[in-house]
Amino acid sequence: MNIDDLTQSTGEWLATGGPMGDVVISSRIRLARNLANHSFLTRASRNERAEIERALFEAITACDFGQKTFYVNIDKTDLLDRQLLVERHLISRQHAEGEGNRGVAISSTETFALMINEEDHLRIQVLRRGLNLDEAWSETTRVDAAIEALVEFAFHKRYGYLTACPTNVGTGLRVSVMLHLPALKLTNEIEKVFRAARDMHLAVRGLYGEGTDALGDFYQISNQTTLGQSEQEILSSFKDHVIPSIVKYEQEARRMLQRDRLTALDDKVFRALGLLENARSMSTEEALFLLSHLRMGVVLERIKHIPLTDINDLFLAIQSAHLQKRQGEVLDGERRSVARAELLRTRLARKHASQN
Amino acid sequence: MLCQKCKKNSATVHLTDLIKGEKREKHLCESCAAEEGVAVKQHVSITDVLNSFLMSQAAVQELAQLKCPECGMSFVEFRSQGLLGCPNDYDAFGETLANIIAKTQNGQTHHTGKQPGQAAVTDPRQQERHRLHRELREAVEMEDYRKAARLRDQLAEFDKS
Repeated sequence: MNIDDLTQSTGEWLATGGPMGDVVISSRIRLARNLANHSFLTRASRNERAEIERALFEAITACDFGQKTFYVNIDKTDLLDRQLLVERHLISRQHAEGEGNRGVAISSTETFALMINEEDHLRIQVLRRGLNLDEAWSETTRVDAAIEALVEFAFHKRYGYLTACPTNVGTGLRVSVMLHLPALKLTNEIEKVFRAARDMHLAVRGLYGEGTDALGDFYQISNQTTLGQSEQEILSSFKDHVIPSIVKYEQEARRMLQRDRLTALDDKVFRALGLLENARSMSTEEALFLLSHLRMGVVLERIKHIPLTDINDLFLAIQSAHLQKRQGEVLDGERRSVARAELLRTRLARKHASQN
Repeated sequence: MLCQKCKKNSATVHLTDLIKGEKREKHLCESCAAEEGVAVKQHVSITDVLNSFLMSQAAVQELAQLKCPECGMSFVEFRSQGLLGCPNDYDAFGETLANIIAKTQNGQTHHTGKQPGQAAVTDPRQQERHRLHRELREAVEMEDYRKAARLRDQLAEFDKS
């Protein structure tokens, strides 16, 4: 398996469904780990960097994770493929744009990705669709334990697992849940969610994590505190309190729109559909914005002829690297916009015809 | 929207008061909100904490000396980039770092989660596989292809069993 095989599918975790799938897109767990007896990457020489990569690569290769993994040497991967991995949330932007020996081991179903030499020596990331932190966590501990049996991680009696940035120290655990909140956005209630999240020491970020905008009404909520709470405590505050209450707000806002502002809601949804079906050139931002409204229309059954899986698939397919991979060539911004509009017209029209 | 009170800064704090059943909205800038006694909780980033780290002259001089003997990272350098140089920095930077950690970690100072090996089930089979892989790489590096071939067969055999 290699990067090209990835474009053939949407990835297990982004397909439709999963618990609370109408609002919760995905659950992600990340553990930060560093090898003991090595410098962090800020202070590692080229040789040491290579040594760290090799030690972790060997350990990962030797582990039996229950599914095959393939390794991508990021330093030797071209820009387009790196961008593709970012769009699929398999690596961070920082990892794509970094320098020197670094890589990622990706499981064949894309449920986990192990970044080597990002900010820390090792970042274990596990992804699941919908709100499914239990399953994501059990896979995380399995992967963590398997690797830890073969290498020694830097651990401190007082501070726990040591990380390059003290904001990750302790558990090294970052839980992120990606939410689709179009109704809270439309009803101007989204600020309340941000404020409540801040009060609970949670971070709200855009589609691609740190420093990115909330494209298409997608928001990532993640914990800020990694020290002084056990992994279970961090997880349970998410799955038992934080996420269910935000999901409830969004569902209430959606119900309110349907009950009191149905015409306004339909106007948004069908305008989006009209543009997506007919436009001849479209930027990523506009497509995400319109697909977000369309997704809301499908979830609320205002539009019945398009399955949710198709919409989820389009969110990925319209992004620049995916688009160019599909076309088999590098396209400039203008030609991408044309190709994007064409892809949307084809996909949405096909569904239309089969329905009627 | 401008702050209703000072009418200079833009309003970033929006309040709704219910007074005798009547809804009243207030739109204030952060400093006026603070004067009104409304606490605005901000997200604290590591760089904010590091930058707001006020120091006396004596402390500055003392901190300038603070350096990890193992990786050579100075505290001043850490302050400017927010990333540490090696695991030993956590001890080398002592209580100064401990204070920063407490500020970025919501007052927490001690790890209470998983310990190494706690959840790990050491799988002897996996360790054996790891050893074979390592020896295979070493053999290839030493250009000892006879040994490498033998190890490769052993690995294949091992994976079948």
